[in-house]
Amino acid sequence: MSAETNTAIREVLREHARLPVDVDTLSDDADLFTAGMTSHASVNLMLALEDAFDIEFPDRMLTRSVFESIGAITGAIDEIAVQNGQAA
Amino acid sequence: MSVVVDAERELLDEIRRIAGEVAAPVADEVDRDSRFPIEALDALRSAGALSAAVPDALGGPGASLEAIARCCYELARGCSSTAMVFAMHQIQVMTIARHLDGSPWYEGYLRDLHREQRLIASATSEVGTGGDMARSIAAVTPSEAGELEFEKQAPTVSYGAHADDLLTTLRRAPDAESGDQVLVLTRSDQMTLEPAGAWDTLGMRGTCSPGFVVRGKFGPEQVLQVPFSDVMNQSIVPLSHILWSHVWLGIATEAFERARAFVRASARQKPGEPVPAARRLSEVMAELALLRGEVSQALADFIAFDTDPGRERLMTMASVLRFNNLKLAASEQTPRVCGGALEAIGILGYKNDTPYSVGRHLRDALSARLMVANERLLATDATLLAIAKEA
Repeated sequence: MSAETNTAIREVLREHARLPVDVDTLSDDADLFTAGMTSHASVNLMLALEDAFDIEFPDRMLTRSVFESIGAITGAIDEIAVQNGQAA
Repeated sequence: MSVVVDAERELLDEIRRIAGEVAAPVADEVDRDSRFPIEALDALRSAGALSAAVPDALGGPGASLEAIARCCYELARGCSSTAMVFAMHQIQVMTIARHLDGSPWYEGYLRDLHREQRLIASATSEVGTGGDMARSIAAVTPSEAGELEFEKQAPTVSYGAHADDLLTTLRRAPDAESGDQVLVLTRSDQMTLEPAGAWDTLGMRGTCSPGFVVRGKFGPEQVLQVPFSDVMNQSIVPLSHILWSHVWLGIATEAFERARAFVRASARQKPGEPVPAARRLSEVMAELALLRGEVSQALADFIAFDTDPGRERLMTMASVLRFNNLKLAASEQTPRVCGGALEAIGILGYKNDTPYSVGRHLRDALSARLMVANERLLATDATLLAIAKEA
């Protein structure tokens, strides 16, 4: 994954995940729900990610585990990019 | 395979007998006195039905979800409270069986449950969480000598005073976030339930579900290690909605059958003359068919979703919406059918002492919209609809 993708995800998180901690203090595998993200905020995060990356998460990806860390989100976005025939 | 099918047929025959011969005759008394249907529970124990869902690998009968759901429906034809107690207990047993993850303590527990026909209640709601099962205040707390303890203010514990064991949601540790939960099973000799309030309600009076202050002391091996969010999405929520809705379908069917009996009796009195109630009954029949269709389809969907490796499909938002839809539709439709049956029968249905009385069924059915408030499910659905694509 590119550094830009990581930066962009962190930017969306900062705007929409409503975390009580600074996003920069979280590692890529830190659990966002443990860090304080609510279910409601996670839905807003998904919507914002779809908008920011111009993608659509299929229903099978709309699970807690896909959005539980920056690493997991990156993996999902990469997978969609591959399916859409783009270089991730 | 055929051995299993035969065993399930035997179970269902026995459940039908208990519903008709043991539960139904005292259903009015259970309702009037708001008392626990003890004779039906004794009969279910004698039939070995409390361990129906214990897997055969642990020495149990390993009955299928379809068979358990059918039992809930049959029992509800006789007594709603008996059926709801049975359904809730089976939800706890299936949840443990599906998530024990090789734990020797929990495997031993299910063997004991099968041998001793133990009854499990649950304390998942809590004073101060606003009905949100995904949050807890009470926590697993270190006690002396490596033991653990908790104290929880539970606003409703169905059949709490009559259960052997209790499945409780708690925060993982005193410093854990409110959503970081685990399930803990405590046996009767490891806990005390201090009553907090009475259970004098509109319906479902025999479930005897007052509040309790629950205090437990237990070993670390009694903490179910799987994350509670997985347990909730893969088992507790969908299984609850499926088994509850089978109970509701049983209540609605019984109300409909009483209306049908009334129409037949009216037709026999004046052969050849039109029976006005029959027209209303036709409408109720269509409403009941809708309810049955949704309840059956949701059961089939769960079985299909459950075959997914890692139960991933049950973790999707589409799955949450699917089983919320079942709960919303069935809990609205059941009182509609009971109310329609009442209208078809008229005054003999409104009176509490006729063969056509359906007041109890209507009152029991009204609990459906409240046990997990529909307003809460609608709020959840409203959020998820913004992002989910199917369903």
